[in-house]
Amino acid sequence: MAAETSVPASEEPLIQVEKFNYAYGDHQVLFDVDLNMHSKDVLALIGPSGCGKSTLIRSINRINDLVESARVVSGSIKIDGVDLYASNVDVINLRRNVGMVFQKYNPFPRSIFENAVYGLRVAGIKDRHDLEEAAERSLKSAALWDEVKDRLHEMATGLSGGQQQRLCIARAIALQPRILLMDEPCAALDPIATARIEELILQLRGQYTFVIVTHNMEQAKRIADRTAFFYKGKLIEEDDTMTIFNHPNDPLTESYITGRLA
Amino acid sequence: MNQPATANPFAGMKSRDALRETIVRWLLRLGTFFIVAVTVAILAHIMVKGAPVAFRSTWPFVNVQFLTELPSTLHVIEDVKGGRIEVEVNRADQVKAQLGDAFHSETTISYSGGGILGPIVGTALLVTVSISIALFLGVACAIYLSEYARHGNPLIEWVRLAILNLAGVPSVVFGLFGLGAFVLTAPVFVDVPADRSVFAIPLGFTTLSFEGWDTCVLSGGFTLAFVILPVIITASEQCLQAVPQGFRETSMALGATRWQTIRYSVLPFATPGILTSSILGIARAAGETAPIMFTAALAFKDKLPWQKDLPPLPADASIFAHWEQSVSRFLGIFTESVQALPYHIYTLAAKIPQNEYSERAQYGSVFVFLVLVASLAASSVLLRKRLRAKYRW
Repeated sequence: MAAETSVPASEEPLIQVEKFNYAYGDHQVLFDVDLNMHSKDVLALIGPSGCGKSTLIRSINRINDLVESARVVSGSIKIDGVDLYASNVDVINLRRNVGMVFQKYNPFPRSIFENAVYGLRVAGIKDRHDLEEAAERSLKSAALWDEVKDRLHEMATGLSGGQQQRLCIARAIALQPRILLMDEPCAALDPIATARIEELILQLRGQYTFVIVTHNMEQAKRIADRTAFFYKGKLIEEDDTMTIFNHPNDPLTESYITGRLA
Repeated sequence: MNQPATANPFAGMKSRDALRETIVRWLLRLGTFFIVAVTVAILAHIMVKGAPVAFRSTWPFVNVQFLTELPSTLHVIEDVKGGRIEVEVNRADQVKAQLGDAFHSETTISYSGGGILGPIVGTALLVTVSISIALFLGVACAIYLSEYARHGNPLIEWVRLAILNLAGVPSVVFGLFGLGAFVLTAPVFVDVPADRSVFAIPLGFTTLSFEGWDTCVLSGGFTLAFVILPVIITASEQCLQAVPQGFRETSMALGATRWQTIRYSVLPFATPGILTSSILGIARAAGETAPIMFTAALAFKDKLPWQKDLPPLPADASIFAHWEQSVSRFLGIFTESVQALPYHIYTLAAKIPQNEYSERAQYGSVFVFLVLVASLAASSVLLRKRLRAKYRW
């Protein structure tokens, strides 16, 4: 099914990673990564811990800039042909267009409503009506509205783990970004909550371009159009999800997805 | 079944080990008890000696005079029968005349009559000024160190070292620093620079003269602020560091600037802890004597800081003139020298001959001082509790 929905290869890729080398101090974690991501695709990044996949998605919205000693060694990441690390790129503006959901669900200890509109508030939107509308829209998109509409002004930390993570997704899509980065969004959730998040991603597919880091192979199979396998900071291969899981090119990929990689 | 007890594999330790264990436990226990005992003894001593001065057995149960009057010289007049009458200076002659031939002797004890309103007001002002300055500077510094400065920057390491060292400086050194920096050289706007001015910059309409602020609340407040700054900086930085990094990342990932992130997602959650550190600061600032000796405090002053003689306004003075005078009266508070509780206690204990009357005033002051500091601390704890309930993660 994944292969059918993927975008024709002729179309210009939305995100282009070119010869990307990235390091923390002297410790290089990404080596010559070349990867194209197409608009509206769901791309899963898989690989063992420490393979650099989180670093890669954290470089796409430049949140890794917060990590001291993190630096681009060479190469580039481009969105619509614009180099994200060029000096004239405003990271604030970039992050408004590239949303992110983290591994640990982490709503602010504020009300559900305030969480949902945080991005809009810091963007300077003050009008109460606009904010309420945006909160409702994004909570509905995140399939959370029916559960929280009567308690919008209660603390977000009182929600269940799965609800908190969906609130984090709502918070990210309130800004209507083009790309949604998800760093192991289900790692801290139980199977039922995980299923709801996956369902949500399938619902939202086609509206956003998803880049999802996951350790769950089944999850990658269920939700991703394309899958990229990373090993020791290198992109081993990237292809249609079905191809990766059924006929991987590289023996490393095969041993990883079959659980034989030491 | 007549096995000896030693055959039990779980029998107790050998007697020497057991003895050592008991000795260690009792040594540690005694050390702890000793500290508690000393603390209780100090508090009880002050309670027993001080509470009778501050409280009364009849309505209104509080010694109003002690809390609402300025210190004055106490006159004790003894009659021939050995009876003693305590009076203030204005009534001494009247009492002596009444006694007539019965008058035997008169003793005067400095500072021990009246009340301690002057020192209370002075300490309150000094604490307010110093905690405001220290919180502003300290939190600013902590935010910079925690949120903006990069680790490993040698300059930042020097700053941290300086802060640590500041904490170890004896308070009398701060006093001398305050004398030199604030009392004698701090900049003021004046029309004509004084002779002692270190440096004067003419600005046309006025002159910025580095001639100092003189001994006043402002000088003392600034000096005390530097005494408590290291505490506030270190504690505030720890509180900022305790806010989960995830809050910062999430906030920035949602397009917030660094300052917005600090303002909405870091500071609110660090505030309860910062307030706690300010409690420590308040208690320290209120208790220091050496830093204010040269910069703000007087042993005796017969006026409260706002009771300054200003030229009387004409009867037809405009509302603006009245307003202007009120403002200058308010601002004048900060440029007056004051009495302060710790310095008052020091004066009573060390600068005048000791007798039952001076001792009474002294313990009364100490008691009131303790109650004031304790209630300040208590209110901060309450505030912190309320904030913590509001911002929890």
